[in-house]
Amino acid sequence: MSAAANPEAAVAAFVEGMDTKRFMPDPRHYQIAVLSLLVAGGVLFLDIGIEPLGAAVIGIAALATQLLASRLAGLPRFDPLSAMVTALSLTLLLRTDVAALGALAAVLAIGSKFLLRIKGKHLFNPANVAIVSLLAVSDRAWVSTGQWGSATLSAFALACLGFLVLTKARRAETTLAFLLVHAGLLTGRALWLGDPLAIPLHQLQNGALLIFAFFMISDPKTTPDTAAGRLLYGAAVAGAAFVIRFAWYEPSAPLVALALCAPLVPVLDLLPGGDRYRWRRPGMQPENRPDNEESPDATTHENHHPAGDGRHHVRGRQHGSGLLRLLRGAR
Amino acid sequence: MARADTALYNRASQVVLVRDGERTVITMANDFQGDVEDFAVVIPVPTFIEREQINVADMALIDHLDAYTSPRLVEYHDADPCARYENRARADAGMALPSSREADGLRLSRGVVTVEASYTVGEYDISILSASESSGLVAWLEENGYRMPAGAEPVVRSYLRQDMRFFVAKVNLDEQARLGYARLRPLSVAYESRRFMLPIRLGTVNAQGKQELFVYTLTRSGRVETSNYRTVKLPSNSEVPEYVENEFADFYRAMFARQVEKQNDRAVFLEYAWDMAWCDPCAADPLSADELRRLGVFWIDAPAAGAARRPLAPQAQNVFVTRLHLRYDSDGFPEDLEFHETGDRTNFQGRYVIRHPYRGALRCDAGDYHAAVRKRQEREALALADLTGWDLADIRARIDFLGEDSDGADEPWWKKLWK
Repeated sequence: MSAAANPEAAVAAFVEGMDTKRFMPDPRHYQIAVLSLLVAGGVLFLDIGIEPLGAAVIGIAALATQLLASRLAGLPRFDPLSAMVTALSLTLLLRTDVAALGALAAVLAIGSKFLLRIKGKHLFNPANVAIVSLLAVSDRAWVSTGQWGSATLSAFALACLGFLVLTKARRAETTLAFLLVHAGLLTGRALWLGDPLAIPLHQLQNGALLIFAFFMISDPKTTPDTAAGRLLYGAAVAGAAFVIRFAWYEPSAPLVALALCAPLVPVLDLLPGGDRYRWRRPGMQPENRPDNEESPDATTHENHHPAGDGRHHVRGRQHGSGLLRLLRGAR
Repeated sequence: MARADTALYNRASQVVLVRDGERTVITMANDFQGDVEDFAVVIPVPTFIEREQINVADMALIDHLDAYTSPRLVEYHDADPCARYENRARADAGMALPSSREADGLRLSRGVVTVEASYTVGEYDISILSASESSGLVAWLEENGYRMPAGAEPVVRSYLRQDMRFFVAKVNLDEQARLGYARLRPLSVAYESRRFMLPIRLGTVNAQGKQELFVYTLTRSGRVETSNYRTVKLPSNSEVPEYVENEFADFYRAMFARQVEKQNDRAVFLEYAWDMAWCDPCAADPLSADELRRLGVFWIDAPAAGAARRPLAPQAQNVFVTRLHLRYDSDGFPEDLEFHETGDRTNFQGRYVIRHPYRGALRCDAGDYHAAVRKRQEREALALADLTGWDLADIRARIDFLGEDSDGADEPWWKKLWK
């Protein structure tokens, strides 16, 4: 067998991910740090309903799915970072009192990354599609949109922290377009209704909205490849969220809007001039890849072995098999 | 057992929201205490309504729901530490609380529109209003001898643009005299809307200071929370000093005020969340299926007539009750309350515990019972100070510390050693 017989490969990759020398350059490290901070803050100060057991179940299920799917897909290494980001996002936003539903969400999220792919990109933000699916099928899962409160200060802090993540990921257009259009629509509505501006301000000072804007819609893997495309995409999500919020009265409107708008991304990618985002670490040159094939995380995994140890890579290619590989071959 | 029901508050409104899917039954209790001749209420609803959708409910139903869901004080008595018994809980009889209520938050004494239909329901004259222009409402009101409070018109206009409808209810004095109700009965409205919300903005227009609002929701799947404000659990299960028994109402008011302040006047508080089938401890019995149905819980079947009653064991009513409490004004709560139903069926209650020490004569060497109790009493003092913001020194002064006056309890252990 391939990697299954070499758990040390997975461990090595995991340890490498934690490598302190290179701890900061990967933007996902920022994301994980900030999201962990939010989870901790939510548990300690806000009583937002995060159950430690539920959080652990989500984390384990996400990592296990990632590990399993990586092997089935024949990826050369197990990359826990994206799965951790997804697990933390789920922990922050999804509420359920059934641990199995949390696990299901994690499996759906990571699974969607491997199965629902168009032109080498996964179609949906993993946490988003999992949450929206569960909301649709189960009344035991919900999103507590109001539980982050609306204190101006905390909103500001969240925005700053999130922006840090964004600037490292250098894909801020989606978030900025979303927030600007969203704020514009809310303000326009208030003006049309003759409402005091305290109302749109209150609606914008929503912690869950900011988490969504800075940590979910900004996901560089599921946003268009061009800056123009990202601006259009952010605006489209904001428009859809507005309609869903005030015509359907769905409190989790931005989440639903993002899932509904995701199929726009392949269309927007037809715009010329895009470059595919990779979780690349600055200062390292990617090797040439003969097959131009990307892993579901599109990690530039060849970079992770600067000493030239391509062992895992080669093994993955030779032995990776199964349904996922077939799917990828069929692309 | 004592409970802190809504009678503790002046100017408290109570609203019952029954909801499943898009079907909603809202019941609003007006504890209006002025001259009923002056009473008029303008009620915005998210959708068009007809005559049959309005009903007059029984205040006793809301009183029962209030009693059932109230924060409660439970007492436990330490057993004689010399007897080898477990502590046994004893629930005392309910404690009467002062009752005084005034005008409530949903009341807007003046306001409104073009009359679409008028009729009498119970002691109320109801007018269903339909208008596209809020200025028309103002004109109509002035023609009918009302004075529009400053600031109400923009809110009415906003609601109209959101496709909300209004009805106005006034007391029909003849009907009221004929029916013989001294107290105004609550009004119920049944409607279907995707919007799970409660309009509170009209109530803040001309309000003097903050208002008290209790929202009871009766749903099928689980707890209800606000989707645009934080819903915070009231601190619960704290052990508090014995003397709180005699001033539970003050304790609860002080604690609530402090929690409101801690949340910057912006939170909704969860006071009770429970399956309606049971309670533990019970501040009042759960509502019967009949009572629930009269409150609008439409998914409970009407009891079959005559002998068709099946002798069933205590039946699951499939009703989950949530009690929310908020103190609001337009600063902390600029927009209407929006709710959503969660899947959470975890039970929660506002429960406070008094543990009476055993004060009888000790016929044995009870070891460090006195010391342990005094430690506990100190903990209770700290907890009370933290919950209410009351001065710790005052609290300590009022606690009857066990064995404080008796000699020996505070003595070092070695003093008794060679006696």
